[in-house]
Amino acid sequence: MNKFTEDDLKKELETKEYEYGFYTDIEADKFPVGLNEEVVIAISKKKNEPEWMTEWRLNAFKVWKEMTEPDWANVNYEKPNFQDISYYSAPVQKPKLDSLDQVDPELLKTFEKLGISIDEQKRLSNVAVDIVVDSVSVATTFKKTLNEKGIIFMPISEAIQEHPELVKKYLGTIVPTTDNFYAALNSAVFSDGSFCYIPKGVTCPMELSTYFRINEGGTGQFERTLVIADKGSYVSYLEGCTAPARDENQLHAAVVELIALDDAEIKYSTVQNWFPGDAEGKGGVYNFVTKRGLCEKNAKISWTQVETGSAVTWKYPSCILKGDNSVGEFYSIAVTNHFQQADTGTKMIHLGKNTKSTIISKGVSAGKSQNSYRGLVHIGARAENARNFSQCDSLLMGNQCGAHTFPYIEAKNKTAQIEHEATTSKIGEDQLFYCNQRGIDTEKAIALIVNGFSKEVLNKLPMEFAVEAQKLLEISLEGSVG
Amino acid sequence: MELKEKLVSSFLAFENKGGLDLDSNVHSIRSKAMQNFEKEGFPTKKDEEWKYTSLRSILKKDLGLFPSTDKSIGFKDIKEYLMNDIESYTLIFIDGVFNSFLSDTTHDDCDVCVLSSALSRPKYKMIVDNYFNTIAKDNNSLADLNTAFTKEGAFINIPKNTIVQKPIQILNFSTGNESNVMLQPRNLVIVGENSHVQIIERHQNLSKNTTLTNSVTEIFVHKRAIVDFYKIQDDTKNSSLIDSTFVSQKQQSVASVHTYSFGGKIIRNNLEFYHEGEHITSNLNGISILNEKQHVDNHTLVNHKYPNCESHELYKGIYDDKSTGVFNGKVMVQQEAQKTNAFQQNNNILISDGATINAKPQLEIFADDVKCSHGCTIGQLDESALFYMQTRGIPKKEAKALLLFAFGNDVVEKIKIPKLKSKITKLIAQNLGVELGFDL
Repeated sequence: MNKFTEDDLKKELETKEYEYGFYTDIEADKFPVGLNEEVVIAISKKKNEPEWMTEWRLNAFKVWKEMTEPDWANVNYEKPNFQDISYYSAPVQKPKLDSLDQVDPELLKTFEKLGISIDEQKRLSNVAVDIVVDSVSVATTFKKTLNEKGIIFMPISEAIQEHPELVKKYLGTIVPTTDNFYAALNSAVFSDGSFCYIPKGVTCPMELSTYFRINEGGTGQFERTLVIADKGSYVSYLEGCTAPARDENQLHAAVVELIALDDAEIKYSTVQNWFPGDAEGKGGVYNFVTKRGLCEKNAKISWTQVETGSAVTWKYPSCILKGDNSVGEFYSIAVTNHFQQADTGTKMIHLGKNTKSTIISKGVSAGKSQNSYRGLVHIGARAENARNFSQCDSLLMGNQCGAHTFPYIEAKNKTAQIEHEATTSKIGEDQLFYCNQRGIDTEKAIALIVNGFSKEVLNKLPMEFAVEAQKLLEISLEGSVG
Repeated sequence: MELKEKLVSSFLAFENKGGLDLDSNVHSIRSKAMQNFEKEGFPTKKDEEWKYTSLRSILKKDLGLFPSTDKSIGFKDIKEYLMNDIESYTLIFIDGVFNSFLSDTTHDDCDVCVLSSALSRPKYKMIVDNYFNTIAKDNNSLADLNTAFTKEGAFINIPKNTIVQKPIQILNFSTGNESNVMLQPRNLVIVGENSHVQIIERHQNLSKNTTLTNSVTEIFVHKRAIVDFYKIQDDTKNSSLIDSTFVSQKQQSVASVHTYSFGGKIIRNNLEFYHEGEHITSNLNGISILNEKQHVDNHTLVNHKYPNCESHELYKGIYDDKSTGVFNGKVMVQQEAQKTNAFQQNNNILISDGATINAKPQLEIFADDVKCSHGCTIGQLDESALFYMQTRGIPKKEAKALLLFAFGNDVVEKIKIPKLKSKITKLIAQNLGVELGFDL
């Protein structure tokens, strides 16, 4: 094995230095506001994209122009003006801080509660990190192992250059540009995102999440993710981070496409903690995401999500169970507080024989927030012996918030077996009293109960995130009692 | 001419010719409803509430709006649809016109009569002004259409502290005097404090012609009153029914609406409960057994506005051949409605490959101290139970029917009129194609 020598480190340090450079006053590479064909072409050019890609974007733009913004979701917000947004800006260099003392103490407090290590805290809050040999070497070894296995994992803009055949074959097949308003917008103007390809029979040796923790770049406004698991392969992928992300962009419209070929398995976990707006409901991120996966024969896709951030969330990770014996899973916790609004759920489209799907959705609403579950279970006429189990539970805290369920169930095959259950409840006085009696204060007691309520979903997260997500729930609900 | 235009243009003629009082309050309600309908038109599949039900196939037909009534209809023609083995008040409408000869009305303890006389007589003016079209008005273009053409229907007014000893039967027949016909019966039911009434309603086509019935019923249930409303929908394959029922309840009242959908081309039931006080109980029960290409759509809404109320909803469906079932149950719990108990259950069985079920059990909850649950299942018969019965010498068809009857039995059990229960049981047997009494 290649040892990471001191010389390597020196070199690394040198290059690192160079990477950031001393030229901090780089002209922010930003397009003027507004959206038209020229902007779309300009984005494509900026990325040095081949012609087919430019065409593809233009096509999406044409479709988008014809569409109107949907308003069927159970959310209220001021609609963004799409001509008021700049559709391209190169990563802006944030001012570099010298020590953690300069960081917003509020943020540090959150980090502490989440149990994030000092080094990582620095990295997340953009403090110059003294390079830790350990983490650098880990990152390099990761890269190496992935390469050895033939796993392609890179920004999608690079993938368009280096693996056009794969991108061309799969991009937009699961979420077509015509799918919905935001998907069309994303297709036209997406800036970057991740591309991942797992070759036949390969089990990705690490949670790609772990990799992210060390190497993740800033998330873009219009992210595009494409994950392809070839026959018999396995990958676990995590996006997002438990750390609160303060983002200047108000509108986020991401598209995620997953393709699981025969016998493959994809596990996709999301932890979303974008700025939810302040306690008065001002500001906050609009998160309008289209996520969908396709399962071929015997394949399995599992979505796990923990949603605590964003002022408005509009997100329905879905599975198309096309192949026989394929399996779709959806585990979700959505916590809303203050004035947050979440309209989230899943679609399970059963097309193949013996397909199975499980939906577990937990909603916790506090403050003046509104939390909706909206889901579809569709059993096609040829989906023999399809099986679905759905459970959506809501927990209400306080009498100002709301919990809603909008499940759609469509069965066209007599052998289908579908069960749907939903309950709504609150934290009982007696439960709290019991905890108080045993010396647990009310705030902690609530955290305890909420964690118990969400356990089924938290268990599905990759281990290291499960712990943080648990704490994240506590923080999100802080101050909601009383 | 499109049906909508035809309706709009014949509205004036209807008001002028019908000998209706144009100065009354009702006239302005009618005109306003017509304006609303003109604006909204018939619902299409693009409306979220009509996502799974299309009226296009019926609206294409050239429907006659003002059929002349067939005077030759006698007791023998309608006998089989009447429950004549129990004592009851009966209101019989033939092609939308009241038939006093066949009916049995009363004004003794309570008013069981027709809406047309209630609308025209000064004696009832107060009642009509206070109640008519007060709950059937929100965003429902079909209810508006009915309101615009309100002329005839049942008027039931039960005063305080009255227990109506006999059930009331409301029967609407169409005779096929014209090839295609549209009927718009309108019922108004007012039940006073501490009173009790049982009502059975049925729509029946006596011919093979196409009918579309757009019926609206408003029911007002006062304090501590008890109302049981049974709807029997076992019509011919060419008959379609849009039935909108609105129930307004005052405190401590109990209202139950039972819907039995066994036949019809398209049946759409809009059932809405509005609470106006505490400690109210609302019961919604339904069973649908369909075959061939029939379609039933049950849309229910229970709007909990006050604390300490309860609602119980139970709908069962059995779908064979190419039939389609839709269930959309909405439960709203407003912020003030603490300590609400709302339960909703929807179970379905698909018997054949061509059958479809679309369900949307929906909860919208704004209060925290509530107990709400909903459950929805879709499944099929237990093969081993079927096999067990066959090994005990019960033929497959009968075994299947027994299992299906058992599946629907908890809805049937809720019927409080014994004779009606056995009639419904018979209808179920008939629809499952067996000759069993189920009185095992």
